[in-house]
Amino acid sequence: MTFIRPNFRHPELSTNAIGQSIKSYEGALSTLCAGCGHDSISAAIIKSCFDLNLQPHKIAKISGIGCSSKTPTYFLGKAHGFNSVHGRMPSVTTGANMANRDLLYIGVSGDGDTASIGMGQFAHVVRRNLNMVYIVMNNGCYGLTKGQDSATADKGSASKKGVPSVFDSIDLCQLALQLGAGMVARSFSGDKHQLIPLIKAAIRHPGFAFIDVVSPCVTFNNTPASTKGYEWVRDHLEATGTIDFIPAKSEITIDYPPGTSRQVELHDGSELVLQKNAEDYDLSSRKAAMNRIEAVREQQHILTGLIYHNESAADTHGLINTVRQPLNELSQQTLCPGSGVLDSLNESLR
Amino acid sequence: MMNNITATNDFVIRFANVNGSGSASANNLFSKAVFRLGVPVAAKNIFPSNIQGLPTWFEVRISEQGYLGRRGGYDFVVAVNGQTMVRDYQELLPGGYFFYDSSKRLPDTFTREDITLIGIPLTDICNAHYTEPRLRQIFKNIIYVGALAYLFEMDFTVFEDSIKSQFAKKAKLIEPNIKALRLGFDYAEEHHKACCGLNIHRRDLNGDQIMMEGNAAAGLGAVFAGATVAGWYPITPSTSVVEAFEKYCKAYRVDEQSGQNKFAILQAEDELAAIGIVIGASWNGARAFTATSGPGVSLMSEFLGLAYFSEIPVMLMDIQRTGPSTGMPTRTQQSDLLAAAYASHGDTKNVLLFPADPTECFAHTVIGFDLAERLQTPVILMSDLDLGMNVHQCDPINWDDDYTYDRGKVLTEEQLEHLGERWGRYLDVDGDGIPYRTIPGTHPEKGAFFTRGSSHDEYAAYTEDGTVYARGMERLLVKWDTAKTLVPKADVSGQSASVGVIYYGTSAWSADEALETLRTTHDIDAMRIKAFPFGVEVREFIEAHDTLFVIEQNRDAQMKTLLVNELSVDPNQFVEVLNIDGMPITASYLVESINRQLADVQSTVPREA
Ligand SMILES: Cc1ncc(C[n+]2csc(CCOP(=O)(O)OP(=O)(O)O)c2C)c(N)n1
Ligand code: SF4
Ligand SMILES: [Mg+2]
Repeated sequence: MTFIRPNFRHPELSTNAIGQSIKSYEGALSTLCAGCGHDSISAAIIKSCFDLNLQPHKIAKISGIGCSSKTPTYFLGKAHGFNSVHGRMPSVTTGANMANRDLLYIGVSGDGDTASIGMGQFAHVVRRNLNMVYIVMNNGCYGLTKGQDSATADKGSASKKGVPSVFDSIDLCQLALQLGAGMVARSFSGDKHQLIPLIKAAIRHPGFAFIDVVSPCVTFNNTPASTKGYEWVRDHLEATGTIDFIPAKSEITIDYPPGTSRQVELHDGSELVLQKNAEDYDLSSRKAAMNRIEAVREQQHILTGLIYHNESAADTHGLINTVRQPLNELSQQTLCPGSGVLDSLNESLR
Repeated sequence: MMNNITATNDFVIRFANVNGSGSASANNLFSKAVFRLGVPVAAKNIFPSNIQGLPTWFEVRISEQGYLGRRGGYDFVVAVNGQTMVRDYQELLPGGYFFYDSSKRLPDTFTREDITLIGIPLTDICNAHYTEPRLRQIFKNIIYVGALAYLFEMDFTVFEDSIKSQFAKKAKLIEPNIKALRLGFDYAEEHHKACCGLNIHRRDLNGDQIMMEGNAAAGLGAVFAGATVAGWYPITPSTSVVEAFEKYCKAYRVDEQSGQNKFAILQAEDELAAIGIVIGASWNGARAFTATSGPGVSLMSEFLGLAYFSEIPVMLMDIQRTGPSTGMPTRTQQSDLLAAAYASHGDTKNVLLFPADPTECFAHTVIGFDLAERLQTPVILMSDLDLGMNVHQCDPINWDDDYTYDRGKVLTEEQLEHLGERWGRYLDVDGDGIPYRTIPGTHPEKGAFFTRGSSHDEYAAYTEDGTVYARGMERLLVKWDTAKTLVPKADVSGQSASVGVIYYGTSAWSADEALETLRTTHDIDAMRIKAFPFGVEVREFIEAHDTLFVIEQNRDAQMKTLLVNELSVDPNQFVEVLNIDGMPITASYLVESINRQLADVQSTVPREA
């Protein structure tokens, strides 16, 4: 168990614009190892939903199998959750979204869940541009089965067993970019100042939003020789720029020295403000994003922050032209053609 | 001296074609004409797993008695495929008729004297009348249909009318098609007068029946049942289910004003994703389904276990083909029973439905959705290639507008609001083993739970307590008992004999026919099973008979295995009557096999008093 949650909360600070306290967004107590990066990501999801004033029950949280996939129990207790089967969160989320396009879908997966067994489903849910937030809690190993290397473990990186990985790693952000994801970001479980705005932006993004969150496994993969351990990650982060999320119609303004920041407007009017760093590039260019990831990687660094953003594409419902009303709300009367059509139908078969 | 077969409205004709040559529509034109003459007809397409160039056969049984199964044997062969000519020639029954393209001389080895040759120079006629190669190919098929019309003394106006309605929207094709029919008819009249003893004369035996493929009926059933989400992956012979669903959705489910769809069909990346989509959509309160065949069922089995254990409705259609593995992908079989009934690891059982004709494919699909939601579990429609992909004569599709869907035990916002006690997702409050479920987004404070395939208690919380786990598994058996009372009952005929015949699905046509013959000499009862789990009537039937013939189209007598396993009845009671060659089982085989084994049974096991 990670921590004992204090019962006392400051009465005034505790409600958001829809009158919910942060408690409304929490879940059961975590059973993950103390210090596991995944718990920090859960906390960031909780904070993001709270800040965005979301109605908890209008969220569906869906996962595969793994320590990471357990986390939906630990956030948003008022939302329905679905811990499905290993690597298949994308298809379950696809079906759920087809049935009701009005809920917010938060998909949680691990690097084993996504980059190995679920690689096919991952690729295709990106391709369909399903309207969802897809978070990979990426620890470079299979936590739940006791630390085997995953496909995101960097070549040469060694987990607790001490054997360096001999295979090239898969970069899920590059993959998501190539497959056409509309929003691609990477963050670090230990950097909530970056992670929370990214999650908020992902929630607001219409269509597929992908966040690869490096999330150290303290039990099996937090060694100095591991490129997914706290120490190494902290020393090798390279952000595309610091980031702030500004909700729609809000009074909040942030002052940046002129020329050092840039705004990304989201479809609902909210904004992301990015503090540029030295290596600025066009966030709406796949090619530029791809190049930047490679360039940073060549220097043994990890590119984090918002990597790519483009809202233009229609989501799955748009692509297959479904009605605006959620399909699960359509009545028998609407759906069933009834006996009236059968005379001519039967006649056409004679 | 040769004895020509003579028959009116009772014979079998085989068309031997090359696939991809456009023969299918000509052959359908022929069988539809028989149907429209009021004579019962059964047509089966026997095709290769290939798109173009390999042999394909089309078997048409014309049966005034209304027998719609395969009879076995061919009285007339239309041999327009050089590759299979020798085989088609040899397999023709003595006294039969061999119809061929006489533009080329028959090989010298074709020396049978017990058959009648009917040569029509199809290629020459075509070449004389058409210049375009594509038209030559297409009209060659129509020409032989025209010749058959003459030879069988069929009313030519039926063909003309068929052509007119078929091309109602492409009127300029009507005239050339009728001309092609005429060419064949006239040539046969001129050269083969009174040589054929087989006739198809007008009757009025088909009433209000229709001709439909099982897959089209299942797809239509899904539309009527209110399915809105389909995830699927192409595989023969199931693909046409989803194609039909889409076709009928486009006809009945597009919003007139916006042009938007009241359905979502996604071609998934594989069968795992297909059923994942179904599970996600059903979990979220939509009616959803997928259709596949054996290889897909194998892939789906992990997910089926999740749906079974976490109690999510699933409607799955398994259009069975010949296994194992890729098997014979374009041949029929009933060999997925065990894989479907017990799909997935651990203790699992799934509800199965066994439709026997297209009308029942429609009805069972509608019932299947109700059962899946009522029981919150996977329901698998066990159709097969023969039923799914052939056009069968059957009763018309009917719909009762007073019937309302059974959406099962789903708590509404209102009900959640006024909930007295603590709600438990897996709590059996009614004693039928079926708990109440909630749909995401229903109520702000109540009813949210965590769906999982890991062990859970009555309140959906994770547990590793063996007692709690066992309690849940036992409750699923209570639900299973409830299922037995809800699934379609078996059809039982007769209740006095010591011998019974058990069959299901597409064996029904041939079994019914065989029973008529067998009953002329023996006292035999019969039961057609329509669902798994078995209702009490199935046990009663078995217990009331000493000897039970089980007719199946698989090697291992899978239905027998299910009966013995589920009902703990004596396996020695059963005599297996099995067909596994991938062709629909024939009545003649059933009569022969059951008669032979009846003799054995009756000489060795006298009936006890
Ligand atoms: C079909 C199947 N194969 C294997 C497993 C065993 N298994 C459970 S979790 C897991 C790996 C999880 O790794 P990851 O997705 O990275 O999650 P983490 O535990 O690291 O957060 C495996 C292989 C399984 N549950 N199902
Ligand atoms: S094993 Fe690793 S990934 Fe799993 S809970 Fe522990 S620290 Fe986290
Ligand atoms: Mg992992």
